[in-house]
Amino acid sequence: MSFLEYQIRTVPSGIRKVLYLNWGLVLLLVAVASMGFLMLYSVAGGSLQPWAEPQMKRFAAGLVLMFAIAMVPIWFIRNMAGLAYAISILLLLAVEFFGEVGMGAQRWIDIGPLRLQPSELVKITLVMMLAAYYDWLDTRKTSRPLWVLIPVVLIGVPTALVLIQPNLGTALMLLMGGAVVMFAAGVSLWYFGAVAALGAAAIASLFTVRGTPWQFLHDYQYRRIDTFLDPTTDPLGAGYNIIQAQIALGSGGWSGKGFMQGTQSRLNFLPEKHTDFIFTTLAEEFGFIGAFSLLLLYGLIIFFCLVSAMRSKDRFSQLLLIGIACTFFFYVAVNLSMVMGLAPVVGVPLPFLSYGGSVMLVLMLAFGVVQSAHVHRPR
Amino acid sequence: MRRTARDTEANARKVTRRALFLGGAQVAFIAVLGARMRYMQVEEAEKYRLLAEENRINIRLIPPTRGLILDRSGRLIAGNEQNYRVVITREETGDVETVLAKLADVIPLTPEMLDRTRKEMDRRSAFVPIVVADWLRWEDLAAVAVNAPALPGVNPEVGLSRRYPLVGDFAHVVGYVGPVSDADLAELEDPDPLLQIPKFQIGKIGVERWMEADLRGRSGTKRIEVNSVGRVMRELDRQDGVAGADIRLTIDADVQNFVQARLGEESAAAVVMDVVNGDLIAVASAPAFDPNLFVRGISQADYSALIENDHRPLANKSVQGAYPPGSTFKMVTALAALEAGTITEQTTVYCPGYLEFGGRRFHCWKHGGHGKVALERALKGSCDVYFYDISQRAGIDRIAEMGRKLGLGVRHDLPMSAIAEGVMPDKAWKQDRHKAEWRIGDTVNASIGQGYVLTSPLQLAVMTARIASGKAVSPRLVRAIGDKEVPVGDIPPLDIDPRHLRAVQGAMSAVMNEPGGTAWASRIEDETMLFAGKTGTSQVRNISASERASGVIKNDQLPWNRRDHALFVGYAPATAPRYAVSVVVEHGGGGSAVAAPIARDAILRALADGLPPLSAYPASQRTTIETQQKNMKLRKPEPASADRSRA
Repeated sequence: MSFLEYQIRTVPSGIRKVLYLNWGLVLLLVAVASMGFLMLYSVAGGSLQPWAEPQMKRFAAGLVLMFAIAMVPIWFIRNMAGLAYAISILLLLAVEFFGEVGMGAQRWIDIGPLRLQPSELVKITLVMMLAAYYDWLDTRKTSRPLWVLIPVVLIGVPTALVLIQPNLGTALMLLMGGAVVMFAAGVSLWYFGAVAALGAAAIASLFTVRGTPWQFLHDYQYRRIDTFLDPTTDPLGAGYNIIQAQIALGSGGWSGKGFMQGTQSRLNFLPEKHTDFIFTTLAEEFGFIGAFSLLLLYGLIIFFCLVSAMRSKDRFSQLLLIGIACTFFFYVAVNLSMVMGLAPVVGVPLPFLSYGGSVMLVLMLAFGVVQSAHVHRPR
Repeated sequence: MRRTARDTEANARKVTRRALFLGGAQVAFIAVLGARMRYMQVEEAEKYRLLAEENRINIRLIPPTRGLILDRSGRLIAGNEQNYRVVITREETGDVETVLAKLADVIPLTPEMLDRTRKEMDRRSAFVPIVVADWLRWEDLAAVAVNAPALPGVNPEVGLSRRYPLVGDFAHVVGYVGPVSDADLAELEDPDPLLQIPKFQIGKIGVERWMEADLRGRSGTKRIEVNSVGRVMRELDRQDGVAGADIRLTIDADVQNFVQARLGEESAAAVVMDVVNGDLIAVASAPAFDPNLFVRGISQADYSALIENDHRPLANKSVQGAYPPGSTFKMVTALAALEAGTITEQTTVYCPGYLEFGGRRFHCWKHGGHGKVALERALKGSCDVYFYDISQRAGIDRIAEMGRKLGLGVRHDLPMSAIAEGVMPDKAWKQDRHKAEWRIGDTVNASIGQGYVLTSPLQLAVMTARIASGKAVSPRLVRAIGDKEVPVGDIPPLDIDPRHLRAVQGAMSAVMNEPGGTAWASRIEDETMLFAGKTGTSQVRNISASERASGVIKNDQLPWNRRDHALFVGYAPATAPRYAVSVVVEHGGGGSAVAAPIARDAILRALADGLPPLSAYPASQRTTIETQQKNMKLRKPEPASADRSRA
């Protein structure tokens, strides 16, 4: 179905749009964000400062942004996808030259009061771009090499830019996010098989060139992989974070040590306790029950998005919603795998829990788009 | 670009199919995450809980209070004193320089102390308190407390440290404590973790060292919660340790003080011992030093002064010094000959002033000789020739055996440092030590306590006590450990014919109580406290034949370190012996002139409760003694008390 047909079916308009918002999803987001506020309050030692209050303000602003975008017709968003993608690529280039350096990597740029990480923004705009591309593309050409090469380049450019920042976690998420949209659009499975085989070969070569002048990754990234494979080799250095995070998580037990009673976070044994590792504090203080509840909430959010995608009638909305749902899933999956010792430590925040402005805004922007698709679905 | 409706339908189905596949994959992955969570938080929870506890809980030692050292009636010899100090914590201070400058106005601070503080502060974390000054006066501490608002982060603190209120009196017996050194740690096989505490004090010498195990006590522990940088958050619980046991010595602090003062600045030693149970009443060594200097860390200047002093203040001469006993040894020779049956009390020897053996002439101290002497007159006049003669009849091995029986050449086990074994030579010893045959001349020399014979003042006191009591008394320094009395045990009688002992005792009494005795001038006139003893003067140099021909040089014309040692041993009351005494004054000159008066004062001080009564002295000496007593620098006697409060 093309957008022209929207004219024929009934599309909500005016104030009635508000009724058609996906209120269940809104509720879920508020629930997850509230757990985030609680945890930020706890890791600050029972204080709204310095993290919980700014995070609440951002979430409130994010909600406004989400509702605003939800009111924008989805076809307008589709038409803007190319522009959004181009802007985020430019921003990525900008941080490369003018960005602030933090933790040994160039990551953010200051725009007035907003500290923007374009690498977060591009996760969403890339998905939008690809969805718009496949909406435009004749479906019969989907698996033709030339038409597969275009989205590969679309994915490759921001991935390469992020990789040289260097930000391995985001680069991987861009790859996976892009691949998911291509997969959903119906690109032949042969391509994926071939890429998987190439990937395996790449990983093998990654380690063979290690220590030579041609190594692909930075030394610290190699070390992170080493430490992931065996954290105990360096218990006071790079492995410290992982070990302490696992201790915090495991020691929570079934029902946790109680709100604000987590010794690992309260006594500062936990690293990055308000950002990437915030989940361990939750797991320590609320135990398996609390941690699993959060996991279920995330599952429900993804489920809502996927359901919304399948009920959408136009190709752009479908692919976009699948892409956003999967990107959201990757945030959760990579972060949790990392803190539970299933994946190496790469800097990926936990959505709505980790303290940070860019991620929050980008996510709310994404859910705004999801709401827009939901609202402007012909019924 | 046109799309057919059928194409669109097919594509939409394909999207749905693939979306479902993605959804399924995600559910599967979420299940994996959930399972991992369950594994870590439910199955492995206990392991992680333990690790978390290990992270946050530290165990700290609480040092125990060191046991006190008391004299026989409970007077404090070694106690624990509050050490007032001021610490500064950087993170609470703000502007460190300003605060330090203000602090320097309040209490005296040297530039070195300030430098040390700054350096220490740079090395340590901001929350660690650093000692700016210690051993402050109470007034200084109070001044800091009063000025607290102007001194953020500066806190007064009180710690415990060893203190010896009697200063030098017990420097040698009790010794001192000091901070644990690496050498101390290396010596121990399984060092108490307490010793790792910075500035922890352990006994270095003397009773402090040898009774360390009793004095130290057991450490307590407290469990504290720390954060990731080791900062203490709170105390969880504590288990108190056991304070060290108080040790009560046999020594009487007042007698000790008197004897130490009486020795004055001489290089000398004196021992007063109970002949009945072996209790050591006084063990003095002069000159003494202030053990408190060592507790705080002695300055290089003070230490050099002690080391370079030719009177060797650091040496514990009473147990560590080994001196030729001189004539005080003559009782041993006499008893050996009597027990061997080679002489009797009545056996006489003619003394012309010398005796010749194998072409060598051995001189008596009295140039003209003593004439015909038997045992009593020989001891009374200290006739050397008599003992030269009888030693040949007894033989060196019997003399050595008698010496050991009386406690010479034997190491007496006491909790003191560097206890000398001395030398009680016999034929085997010389063969072993010098790879040479024993010669007759060696026996002659040994018979009057010269030559190879070496004894400590402690051994001489034991010898005298054994002769006086007829029992094999052993010296005893510790009366009680904590609340447990140390039992005296059975004292076996000496394996010596009591008649022979009585003969020697009678002769020793004659030395003092009959005109013409070598120590007649040092007699005690009080009938109830009659003194018996023997003088000794031991040469530290050889007198050549030419010197003897031209007249032996008088002691006061010789340099100090070439003069004779003055010795004296004795006991009192002669009729019912109670205390034995031995005195050695290094390079003091004659035993009768120098050592005997000291011994008399010491034993009278032990017998009388207070200063020796003037009535006990011969009338002609009383005014001199009175002046002497007045000039003695005595500590004000403290009432005996069993008060064990830990000041």
